[in-house]
Amino acid sequence: MGTFLIIIVMAVFVNNFVVVQFLGICPFLGLSKSRINALGMGVAVTLVMTITCLITYPIYKYILVPLGIQYMEIIVFIFVIAALVQMLEKIIKKFLPALYKGMGIYLPLITTNCAVLGVAELVIDNSAMATLIGIETMNLGYSVLYGLFSGIGFLVSILLLSGLREKIDYLDLPKSFKGFPVTMVAACFMAMGFYIFNFIK
Amino acid sequence: MNKAKFKSITSNGILKNNPTLRLVLGTCPTLALTASAFNAVGMGVAIIFILTLSNTIISLLRKIIPDEVRIPAYVMIIATLVTIVRMFLEKFIPTLYEAFGVFLPLIVVNCVILARAESFASKNPVLDSALDGFSTGIGCAIAMGIIGIIREILGSGSFFGIKLYDFRIEFFTSPAGAFFVYGLTIAAFNATYKAVENYIHKKNFALQLKELTKEAK
Repeated sequence: MGTFLIIIVMAVFVNNFVVVQFLGICPFLGLSKSRINALGMGVAVTLVMTITCLITYPIYKYILVPLGIQYMEIIVFIFVIAALVQMLEKIIKKFLPALYKGMGIYLPLITTNCAVLGVAELVIDNSAMATLIGIETMNLGYSVLYGLFSGIGFLVSILLLSGLREKIDYLDLPKSFKGFPVTMVAACFMAMGFYIFNFIK
Repeated sequence: MNKAKFKSITSNGILKNNPTLRLVLGTCPTLALTASAFNAVGMGVAIIFILTLSNTIISLLRKIIPDEVRIPAYVMIIATLVTIVRMFLEKFIPTLYEAFGVFLPLIVVNCVILARAESFASKNPVLDSALDGFSTGIGCAIAMGIIGIIREILGSGSFFGIKLYDFRIEFFTSPAGAFFVYGLTIAAFNATYKAVENYIHKKNFALQLKELTKEAK
């Protein structure tokens, strides 16, 4: 139970995937214009990140390491993610048409979202995990949990930013500041807020 | 390739469609690795190398790759190139390999590279594509270098690792500082670009007006 709580706090708040580790910035900036879009993208990313961890971790540990071909990891992982996203799209379209209507358009975008490949690369790196969540020996359960809660961290931060942006759009700003620059400054203040969680330890 | 085309491709990559400052693509490494100027420029060089080669290879294969599976094919080509760069860095420049960490494999999903492959290399001849990849990469590297230099000077008081003074504002090396400096750099670049564009526009307009009045006389 203790480790469980530590993973939640570390993944969602202390080492937040977006504003602390800078993974998945493109959808964070690009799809945070409206709250509905942000929610759809956040849920879709969380789902894909969890399933990716569930598949890539065993592939690395039980296929690539015994065969001694760890250098193939990038090619194998991106292939798995592309296939997985395509498959999820088909499954959701067939069995959950209502959900597909809500988040279907975001699914193909997720293949090139660095948060997904990032989590697959992070959970197999023991030294990185030791600094991120303080667990030195990873197993399948921990890696799936980490995938799920870093996805939720992504969801939290994209929702917060979309809330900020809905207000920012009404501001009277210099022309060159509109769009990305002012969003970055808003994200800067969010990152400062998340910095406070560093004192939890 | 004639001179006008060369000029238009290079200026398009470095200024008009600068991926980092005007299109705001490939933001993850730009934010994460610019706390030190050396790492930022190192990442820029890696992107130049991969972008040039991926554009060349994809342009060579553009008539062979079927349209329906082109995106997976591009991703596989890019992933192979990234694996080569990763092995090279691990063997020869281990400090950079350590500093890049997870952002080295993540070059595969860098939107700049896929965007150039899809919008330029898949439609244009080999030499043009290689030049386009090279100049877009240079645009990326210059922008990352500028942000890296600003953050390193303000945040750790040094320039490419050379100590300048003991004064440092740690805000600029923190994640919040990354967003702040990147945002302000985009705003400054946009403002300068607009001003220069307006100036050139006005100058051309004045020249045209002069010619017209001459003709009228």
